[in-house]
Amino acid sequence: MGRYVVRRLLQMIPVFAGATALLFVMVNVMGDPVAGLCGERACDTATAAQLKREFGLDQPLWRQYATYMGNVFTGDFGTAFNGRPVIELMASAFPVTVRLTLVAVVFEIVVGVTLGVVTGLRRGRPVDTAVLLATLVVISVPTFVTGLLLQLLLGVRWGWIRPSVPPQATFDQLILPGLVLASVSLAYVTRLTRTSLAENRRADYVRTAVAKGLPRRRVVVRHLLRNSLIPVVTFIGTDVGALMGGAIVTERIFNIHGVGYQLYQGILRQNTQTVVGFVTVLVLVFLIANLLVDLLYAVLDPRIRYA
Amino acid sequence: MPEPSLPQPQEPERAIAGTGTGAGMDLAAAEAATVGSGETGRPAGRPRSLWSDAWHDLRRNPVFVLSALVICFLVVIALWPSLIAPGNPLHCDLARAQDGPSPGHPFGYDGQGCDVYTRTVHGARASVTVGVCATAGVAVLGSVLGGLAGYVGGFWDALLSRITDVFFAVPVVLGGLVLLSVVTSSTVWPVVGFLVLLGWPQISRIARGAVVTAKQHDYVQAARALGASGPRILLRHIAPNAVAPVIVVATIALGTFIALEATLSYLGVGLKPPSVSWGIQISAASPYVRNAPHALLWPAGALAVTVLAFIMLGDAVRDALDPKLR
Repeated sequence: MGRYVVRRLLQMIPVFAGATALLFVMVNVMGDPVAGLCGERACDTATAAQLKREFGLDQPLWRQYATYMGNVFTGDFGTAFNGRPVIELMASAFPVTVRLTLVAVVFEIVVGVTLGVVTGLRRGRPVDTAVLLATLVVISVPTFVTGLLLQLLLGVRWGWIRPSVPPQATFDQLILPGLVLASVSLAYVTRLTRTSLAENRRADYVRTAVAKGLPRRRVVVRHLLRNSLIPVVTFIGTDVGALMGGAIVTERIFNIHGVGYQLYQGILRQNTQTVVGFVTVLVLVFLIANLLVDLLYAVLDPRIRYA
Repeated sequence: MPEPSLPQPQEPERAIAGTGTGAGMDLAAAEAATVGSGETGRPAGRPRSLWSDAWHDLRRNPVFVLSALVICFLVVIALWPSLIAPGNPLHCDLARAQDGPSPGHPFGYDGQGCDVYTRTVHGARASVTVGVCATAGVAVLGSVLGGLAGYVGGFWDALLSRITDVFFAVPVVLGGLVLLSVVTSSTVWPVVGFLVLLGWPQISRIARGAVVTAKQHDYVQAARALGASGPRILLRHIAPNAVAPVIVVATIALGTFIALEATLSYLGVGLKPPSVSWGIQISAASPYVRNAPHALLWPAGALAVTVLAFIMLGDAVRDALDPKLR
C-alpha cells in the first residue's frame, strides 16, 4: 500500500507539471499580461517594456514558468491587480467554493445514490422509468439554464430563498446553488448506481447471501451496494475537481464570491497572476481527489490489493 | 481499404480474414440474440452483422425514432432557417423591448426589441454547426491518435496516456474562459477548435481501450501469423470491431458540445453578439428575466430539447450497439 501511494504520487508530478504548463502557456501566449495594468487604455510602449522587465516577462516562457513554480512551492502566488497578494484572495475564495462543493457532493451522494438504489432494485417499474426520464431531462438542460430558472422561480417569484448569496455564504445559503451545481452529476450518479446495481444483482455472491438466509436489507446494503458503489465512487471523486471548476457558472448566477468569481474577474481584467494561481490549486485538488479515489478502491473492494 | 500487402499466400489470408471478422461479428450478434429481444424470425443460417442488427433494433425503438425526427427537423432549420422564420434576426425595434407575444411574433420581444421567435429559429444553426463540427473533429483526431497508440503500444502508448491525463486535469469551462477570452472573431470556429482541443482525449481513451481489446482476439493473431501488414490488420480486422464504442461516445458528446457552446456564450467568451445563438440570447435575457421571462424561456427550451434529442439518440445507439449493457 505504501509503495503504491509513493508510485502514484510520483506519477502525479508530470501530470501536474504538464497541466499547469499548458494553462500557463494558454494564459501567457494568448493574452498580453501587462495589458490589464494600464486600465482601459493600452499601455504606451515604454511603460509596457518597463513593466515587462520589472515582472520578468521579457524572459523566455520556460524560465517564467520555472520561476513561478519555484515561488508557488514557497507559498508565493504573486500579487493581484489591486495589490492584494493572490494568496489572500484564495484564503477568502476557497472556503466559499469548498462549502459549495461539499453541499453539491452531499446532494450527489444522498439523493443520487438513493434514487439509484430505488430504481436499480425496481427495474422496468413505473418509478424506474420516471426517474430515468427525469435524469435525462436534467442532463440535457445546461446548468446555467437550470440555475437561472430555479433562481427565477424559487428566489424571485415565490420568494422561498434569497436570489443571490451574501458574501459570508454559509451552508444554508448555499443549498440551492449546491443543488444546481450538483444537478447534472446527480443525474449521472443515479444512472450509474442503477446500472451497476442491476448488473451485480445477478452475481453469485448475491445469490449466496440470499441462500444463506440473510435479510434482504442486509444483502442489499452490505453485499450488493458495497460492490456496486465502486464506479460511483470513481465518478464522484473525479467530479470533485470538475465541480470546483464548473462552479464558475453557478457562482456567476448566484453572485457567490468564490473561486469561480475570482477567476472570472481575473480573466476579465487579464490578471495573469490570479488566474494562474487559482488554476494551479484547482489542478492540484483534482489530482489529489483522483489519488484518493484509487486508494478508496481497496477499502471498498476487498479483491483489490495494492502491493 | 488497402489491398493485401503482398506476396504470401493471398487466398488463404483473405479466407482467414473473412471468417475472422465474421466470427467476431457473429459473436456480437449471437450475444444480442441471447441477451436482447433480437428474436424476430430471421431466416436461419443467415446471421446479421452487428450493424444491421443494431439498425434492426433502432428502427423499432420509439426513443430513437423520436430523437432522430427532432434532429432532422433541427438540421433542416439550421440549413434553411428562413423556411419557418422569414424575418431578419438582426432587425430589432427598441420601442417594443420586452413586449409579450403579439400576432406574427408568437414568442414576444427580448430586451433589445428583437423578435424572440426569429432569433430562436436562427440560433439553431450555430448550435448544430458547433456540435457537428466539434464532434467530427474530436472523433477523427481522438480515434486516430488513440487507435494508433493502442495498436503500437509501448512508449507511444504511455506518452499518449500521460498527455490525456494532462488534458483531463484541465477543467473545461475554465480552459474555455482562458483561451477564448482573447478571441475577437465572432464566428463559430474558435469555439469548435477549442472543443476539439479539449475533447479529443476522451475519445482517444475509448478508442485506445477498444483497440487494445480487439488486438488480443484470435483472428488478429491469425492474420498476423499469416503475414498481414500492420495497416491491413488495423484497418480490416481491428477498426471494424473497435469503432462501435467511439460512435456511441461521440454521439453523446455531440449533445454536451452544444450545451458547452451555450455555456461559454453565456459567460461571454463563446460566440460573440453579431452572431445569433441560444447561449447569447439566454445571456442577454437573464438581466431582464423578472420582466420578460419569455425571452429566456424560449431559447432555453430550444437548447434543452436539442441537447436532449442528441443524448437520447446516443443512448439508443449505445443500447443497440452494446447489447451487454441492456
